[in-house]
Amino acid sequence: MDFLLLSLIKAAVVAAVLLTTLAYLQWVERKVIAHIQVRLGPSRVGPHGLLQPLADVIKLITKEDLIPPHVNKFFYLAAPFLAITMSLLSISVIPFGSEVRVLGQTTWMQLTDLNIGVLFILAVSSMGVYGIALAGWASNNKYSLLGGLRSSAQMISYELPLSLAIASPLLLANTLSLRELVQKQGGFEFGFLPRWNIFQGPWPQIISFLIFVIAGFAETNRVPFDLPEAENELVAGFHTEYSSMKFAAFFMAEYANMITVTCLTTILFLGGWQPLFPASMGSNLVPPVIFVLAGLVALYHGLNPARRKDRFTLPVFAVVFFALAAVFLLPAAREAILPLFWFAAKTGFLLFVFIWIRGTLPRFRYDQLMAFTWKFLFPVAVLNLLVTGLLVALVP
Amino acid sequence: MDVILFLVFAIIAVLCAINVVVQTHPIASALSLIGVMGSLAVLYLLLGAEFIAAAQVIVYAGAVMVLFVFVIMLLNAGEEVHRGRSFVVQVLGAPLLIALLGLLVYFAQRLFPGAPMVRFGAFRGGTAVAVGRALFTQYLLPFEVTSVLILIAILGAIVLARKELD
Repeated sequence: MDFLLLSLIKAAVVAAVLLTTLAYLQWVERKVIAHIQVRLGPSRVGPHGLLQPLADVIKLITKEDLIPPHVNKFFYLAAPFLAITMSLLSISVIPFGSEVRVLGQTTWMQLTDLNIGVLFILAVSSMGVYGIALAGWASNNKYSLLGGLRSSAQMISYELPLSLAIASPLLLANTLSLRELVQKQGGFEFGFLPRWNIFQGPWPQIISFLIFVIAGFAETNRVPFDLPEAENELVAGFHTEYSSMKFAAFFMAEYANMITVTCLTTILFLGGWQPLFPASMGSNLVPPVIFVLAGLVALYHGLNPARRKDRFTLPVFAVVFFALAAVFLLPAAREAILPLFWFAAKTGFLLFVFIWIRGTLPRFRYDQLMAFTWKFLFPVAVLNLLVTGLLVALVP
Repeated sequence: MDVILFLVFAIIAVLCAINVVVQTHPIASALSLIGVMGSLAVLYLLLGAEFIAAAQVIVYAGAVMVLFVFVIMLLNAGEEVHRGRSFVVQVLGAPLLIALLGLLVYFAQRLFPGAPMVRFGAFRGGTAVAVGRALFTQYLLPFEVTSVLILIAILGAIVLARKELD
């Protein structure tokens, strides 16, 4: 019974954190893109627009839920459900941190560890295509259909280099379980270089990393590969006919996929929860230093306010950051949250790169998209896998 | 628990399989087929063949069926048109089907008389390591022959689909 209760609590915590992250990722994206474009971004609802996600959720729930008369009702309703289920499902095998002791219970910061964890994520993500394809087809609208077709073609094409790129770190680690993958990446070469897969020989894994990230962008339908919802050609692509919470489901699915891809990149290539440099060189002090610096910056801008309300909001943020820094200095809490910090930092950085690229690159043309994967990415991925396999077999 | 899960997913698989035939719309049939593949994957998982289960979902439910759905959408295949069934089919269809199934069961019984019952959790050779080792030692020749066969099929498809450049 203990196991059941523990699993339920963990599932509840993970779901709560994931859904909050999904909502706030949206806010972060809008803010970052705004600053890239020299704007302020959301700033009306709450301090610095921090309550914007809440307002968006209320708006989406209370909007009229329209079902157009020309749709195929069953599939039209099933599609968003399918998309959101499949994208949330894969988080269940992601290890966020190492073992922790909470109230006398020892448990892993992971819902479940499958010994086919990587394959599970691939399987679930390949089922996610149906949500989008069905949405496009069931809407009975030419723009939606084109969006759905584009998306399924794109996802099938980019799944090949993605899977081939995953195979190289698996060859190095010799396991399919995500937890063991991270454990194998612990420790340091020459006392400072982390044994993450991206730094591992005998063949530079940075190639697999780049292939994986590029294919990951395409799998999540993000800029520069967001052809399925190219506004200037297809109105809004596969979700043109959707409104209210059904639209929100597709939106959440996209962001959840983004989080899954970044988590998977962190686990496969960037060493999961393993720190960037050894604790003997002070890696345990990184989070408090970062939070203290953030607090000082907030305090400085609070004392020299650019806008009137900054005088009140920014010192509050400074206090929050100082409190976080203090938590990371407590020996009892440190053991548990340091791995979580490293995992969140790496995933957060990758998410920032996703947003950064959205703010920087233009969209591909459709033929360029297909030519790129079939004529460049796929051959490179095959070669990379062959060379990696050969060298892993030859070099003991 | 295993038996309950087996029954649930076996029933889902059979219902989906019947639905593939009964549905008049190709998309609905294709999606029911995905249901069959998915429940089959769960049955493999129950038997302890986790790698096969994952491969089943990735390859069949994921890749192959996406192509099916893709082609159906692209060709915009409409609803199936029903013509009246012939008298022979109406009268003899169900009895012949039952007779065929009965014959199958009978021959299975005759060929493997003393076969042990399947026990859930008894099979341990389903991990990726075990499957890989079996493929590259015991079944190396069939494995390689199959891959060459698939390669020939791919080449054939390209040759057939290629437009003459003139």
